[in-house]
This record gives sequence, structure tokens and C-alpha cells, in this order.
Amino acid sequence: MFVAAILFGSILPLTALFLMQFPFVFLARVQRQWLRSLRGALFLAVFIFFTNFIFSFINAGYVIIASNVEFAVFFLTTSPDLLGLALEESHVPYEFSFAFTTAVRFVPVLAEEAQTIMDAQKARGLELEKGNFMKRIRNYIPVLIPLIVSAIRRSLELAEAMESRAWGATKKRTNLYGLTLHKGDFVLLGITMAILVVAFYVLLFVPVPTLTKLFL
Amino acid sequence: MIVVEGVRFTYSGGVEALRDVSLTVKDGEFVAIMGQNGAGKTTLVKHFNGLLKPSKGTVRIDGVETTKTSIAKLSRTVGFVFQNPDHQLFSETVEEEIAFALKNFGFEEEVIQKQITWALNLLSLTQYRKTSPFMLSGGERKRVALASVLAWDPQILIMDEPTIGQDHEQKEKLRQFIVQLQAQEKTVVIVTHDVEFVAECNPRVVLMKEGKIVADGKGKDILTNLEALAQSSIVLPQIAQIFTQLAPLGLSRNVIDIYEAKDILLQAWGRRRT
Repeated sequence: MFVAAILFGSILPLTALFLMQFPFVFLARVQRQWLRSLRGALFLAVFIFFTNFIFSFINAGYVIIASNVEFAVFFLTTSPDLLGLALEESHVPYEFSFAFTTAVRFVPVLAEEAQTIMDAQKARGLELEKGNFMKRIRNYIPVLIPLIVSAIRRSLELAEAMESRAWGATKKRTNLYGLTLHKGDFVLLGITMAILVVAFYVLLFVPVPTLTKLFL
Repeated sequence: MIVVEGVRFTYSGGVEALRDVSLTVKDGEFVAIMGQNGAGKTTLVKHFNGLLKPSKGTVRIDGVETTKTSIAKLSRTVGFVFQNPDHQLFSETVEEEIAFALKNFGFEEEVIQKQITWALNLLSLTQYRKTSPFMLSGGERKRVALASVLAWDPQILIMDEPTIGQDHEQKEKLRQFIVQLQAQEKTVVIVTHDVEFVAECNPRVVLMKEGKIVADGKGKDILTNLEALAQSSIVLPQIAQIFTQLAPLGLSRNVIDIYEAKDILLQAWGRRRT
């Protein structure tokens, strides 16, 4: 669905895709977290709406909402470990799958760290909401630099800690758990493939009416 | 003065970190807040400069409720030094790092220069004035972080785990430094696990457990109170351990100070010889 969301540039199919997510969200019972990420995406989208308005590409903001919330469904329901395992079993080199899972897993850690850093700088009189647009962007420098520095420092430490636990010592790794596909997985795969095929078909052969044409 | 009344605090994730905490810290007092990880110590002190606002109850700093003012205004009175200096250092030089808060508070350029010199001197960092804070050692970075808060001379100073990563000499300097602040009638609140450091300083000790205050009193009384300490999984300071074992000989158990211990032992020694 994420792919489908990227395919379309106009409002109506994106709305359809957006609505199509509801059954998945409710099935996965992640409504609350999903709504929260929708709120986050909305904020970003409003920003993009605004900047894009000047260049009159209003739709790009909507692409972000529709695609972003689909990302949310994916990451809220899939543990990074399983994702890494899936990559590994589809013969992606372990170095890559490991880097990927580590990156995903460290997102919440970084978010928490960003919060602590913001607190520390606020305690030194930093007011993030103060000033005009450019000043506000500059206000984030004291937050971003410590965040980047500590992320680099952390990754170096992580590399050392992993190497001291014999990371990469053998070429052939074994896994404690294996992944198997169940009936439900095939059903879901079928549904998503169908949506994708329909999306391609609509994109190529069905003339999608634009909002203006629909109402005028 | 810090007045906390009936404060409850629940994080957005649903964790109840403070359950009905009431505490008054008078001007010029030195308080150590101790307790297990997750007892709510840091959550409590983050209420003092408004970083967190109580879900229920009130926190007042010099009579002003923290919900009715900004963090920036409160920080002018309440300096907060975070546990990890790497969470705040970002400037190219130590000097600029210290100037950051002073600029935020709108000090004049001359005053800023004067305060930087003063703060650097206070924490023996003068030689690093033009050095990048990222080039310094862990202990030095911690001192830069402290200097960058002290520079605006807040009336209340809060330090989260100030002794972590410091060698013994630095700890001793920190202790002397707190004594110095006390002489200027400053209020000092530390959050710490370092029992020996607290025993050496002998401040008022507030013991927390599961979001509640379970004991509050003189360091000497709390740090020798076996039941209270066991409850919050804190071990006795070494001197108190010796005196607990010597209790059958009729010596006082209520000792955490080295010099007092020496006097008591010498006295006991003398009694035996005569």
C-alpha cells in the first residue's frame, strides 16, 4: 500500500488508499498508536502543504499523510527482530539485515535521547518556540548537535561491544527461531498484491477525476 | 524555597512515577534524594524547574506555582545539571558553551564575560577556555556542564548524579564546592546512588521508593537506619557497617563520619587500656 500511495499523485485515489487502511489498523489493534502517528504525519504534512503551496503542488503533502500512516501500520505490527530474520532468510547478507534492524531498533532510543537533550537545553533557558521561522530552526541546533554526537559515540561503542562478542566470527550463522508462512500470511499477501495490481491498473487505464472536475 | 504538595505524576505511557509526594526544601538547605532506580527521584527534581508539571498537586518555587510560569523563567532561579554532560554540550569552545545560557537569559556582554571567567575559575577549567568541549575527558565535560549552569548563579542548584564518572579527587572537590555554595546560602539538591559521597557530605537525606517518600531526615540518622535502607535497597556506608558490627561492644551505631568514628574508637581503646 505504501508503494501504491507513492504511485498516485492526486487526491481521490490517495483518499481511497487511506480509507483502505482502516480494517488493517483495527485488525492489528494499534488504533491509538496509529492515530498518534497520524497526528505526527499531519504536522509534517501541514508544513509541506504550506511550502508546496507556493509552488502549487498541493498534492505532495497528501502523499506524505497517506504513505506515512501506512509505514506506521507496518512498524507498529512488525518487530524489528522478525523483520531482520525475514531479510536474513531471504538471503540478504547478515551485515545488511543487521544494520537495518539496528537502525530500526534505535529509533525509540534516539527519540528518548532527543527528549532528554531538549530538557537539558530548556533548563539552560533555551526556548524552542521563540522567534520567527528562521530563528526557530536555529533554536534546534543545540538539540541536534548533542544528538548526532551521542549517536555516533553510541554506534562506535556498539561496534566495539559487538566485536568483543565475536561478531562476524563465522560465515554461517545459525538462528534460534525460524520463520514459517501461515495461511493468514498468504491471504494478506494476496490482498496487498491485489490492491497493488488494481492501483497500477487505475493508474494506467482509468482516468481519475480531479477534485476540481468533480465539483465544478 | 521549594514547596511540593501532594504531587502525583503519570508519564504519558501510563507509568505512575510519583504518588502523593510532599516535600519542603528551605533556602540554604542541602538535600540528597536517594532511592532505587525507578523510585521517582529524577521525576521529582524535574518538577522543580518546571520540565515536568504535576498531574495532581502543586510545586511552588519561592511562592510561584510552576504551572503558571515558563521553564526559562524558573531556570533563572533553579539551575539543573543533567546526569550526562553529552546531552547538553554542543558549542565549539568551552567559553561559548558557558555563554549559551547567559545569552538566553539576556545578560549584557560584559556581564557574560565576567561570569564565564568566574565559572571557569571556580571549576578549574580556565586553561580550557578556548578548547572544544568534545576534546575533554568525561570528568572535565561534566565540570563544563556544571560550569555552564553555575555561570548564571542560580539560587537553587539541582544536580542529577553528580558523582558518576568522577574520580575520588573530583568528588572531594565537588564536596568542597557544595560546602562553598552552602556558605553563600544557596540551596543544593542532589539525586544520587553514591552512599559514601552522601555519608561524607552528611546532608538532609530524602529516601524514595516507588514514587513515595519513605524516609526524610538527617543523613546520619537515615544512613544508619537499617530498615529504611533495606526498604530502598541501599547499602550502609562502610563506616556505618563497621559500627553495626561493633554494636555488641556497646558502641553507638549512629556513625557515618570518619572523624567521629576515629574519636569513638580512640575513646573505646582508651577505656580498655585503663
